[in-house]
Amino acid sequence: MTFSLLTMIGQMISFVLFVLFCMKYVWPPLTQIMQERQSLLAEGLEKASAAEKQLDDANNAAAEELDAAKKQSADLIAQARNRAGQIVDDAKGQAQDEADRIKQGAQAEIDQEVNRARETLRKQVSVLAIDGAEKILEASIDKKVHQTMLDKIAAQL
Amino acid sequence: MSGETPTTAEYIQHHITNLTYGRHPDGTWGFAHSLAEELEMGMWTVHVDTMFWSISLGMVFCGLFFWGTKNLTSGVPGSFQNILETAVEFVDNNVKQVFGTRPNVIIGPLSLTILVWVFLMNLMDLIPVDFIPEAVKYVGIEHFKVVATTDPNATLGMSIGVFFLVVFYSIKISGPIGFVTGKFTHPIAHPIAYPLNFVLEMVDLIAKPLSHGLRLFGNMYAGEMIFILIAALLPFYAQWALTLPWAIFHILIISLQAFVFMILTIVYLTQAHDAGDH
Repeated sequence: MTFSLLTMIGQMISFVLFVLFCMKYVWPPLTQIMQERQSLLAEGLEKASAAEKQLDDANNAAAEELDAAKKQSADLIAQARNRAGQIVDDAKGQAQDEADRIKQGAQAEIDQEVNRARETLRKQVSVLAIDGAEKILEASIDKKVHQTMLDKIAAQL
Repeated sequence: MSGETPTTAEYIQHHITNLTYGRHPDGTWGFAHSLAEELEMGMWTVHVDTMFWSISLGMVFCGLFFWGTKNLTSGVPGSFQNILETAVEFVDNNVKQVFGTRPNVIIGPLSLTILVWVFLMNLMDLIPVDFIPEAVKYVGIEHFKVVATTDPNATLGMSIGVFFLVVFYSIKISGPIGFVTGKFTHPIAHPIAYPLNFVLEMVDLIAKPLSHGLRLFGNMYAGEMIFILIAALLPFYAQWALTLPWAIFHILIISLQAFVFMILTIVYLTQAHDAGDH
């Protein structure tokens, strides 16, 4: 704890030298690198927020697309249902027509059969009538003479 | 003292004596072997231990930081770069808060140098007081103080260095004439008070480097004295009970004093720059 001028001056000189060294070789590169990092970080943050915005936009677009697709598919299903109903209705109509036609054909056939039976019956009746009349009249009726009359009777049956 | 067990007073005296190189009264140069011899040498002496530690630790600071700047990256920093950047950012924030963002190439590196250098010199205080002095005894060195900041010559050397810078900036900002007239016209701007003003301003001017340097010296000296007293007064097996808590507390003091020395440097330089604004 004694006064020592040379120590003081020596300390002052080394102080100056260390400060000069620090000024030239230590402080500038460190502060520069820190500034660089600062701008890098700012840039990165900016990019991140931009990317976030892009993601939001993309999400919104995707949601819109999805909605549109859903709507389209719903429309398609409704259309298909209508079409199916229509096809079933058409088929029903066609089947009805077919059934009607078959029924009509059958009816006509039945009518024909009835007429044919009636004709046969009529012929047999006229024969029977002639037979009966022959038996009643014995030989008094000439077949050739009375043919016209017999035909008339047969036609009336 | 050789061979005998020193008395408490001798032990303490031994620990607070620097390794002094100077001119003996008989005209030869050499080391002082006692306090009396040192006092006879006058002021043209060198405290070799103080200079050794302050220059070594200053080179440790420069070396570490210079080595650290060799592979810097603006990407993810490594742990060492992280430490350096933390120190630089801490200093830079303090400079910005006190000094502002005025362009000045010297205040940042100056503050960083002071902070780290003074911290390293203070840090030597945590080495047990007898380790290094006892070790160098084997190579014939009688006195060897380890903490350079417990030498007022070292702390005043730095504070006067800062003082020169303050004066330089004061003159640069307000001009040589403004600087001198400022010493008369403040704080009372009336011609009658000019002599009184001058006395006050001179006291103010000189008190700055004195209090600046002596504050650091006083705190470190007192702290080291506690360690020396514990070592001198307690038996070796009981010393830890006091040295350990004091050392832990001292971690705060050594960092705080380094910080205070740096902050005062910034404050004085700021005052020098603000003087022109009056």
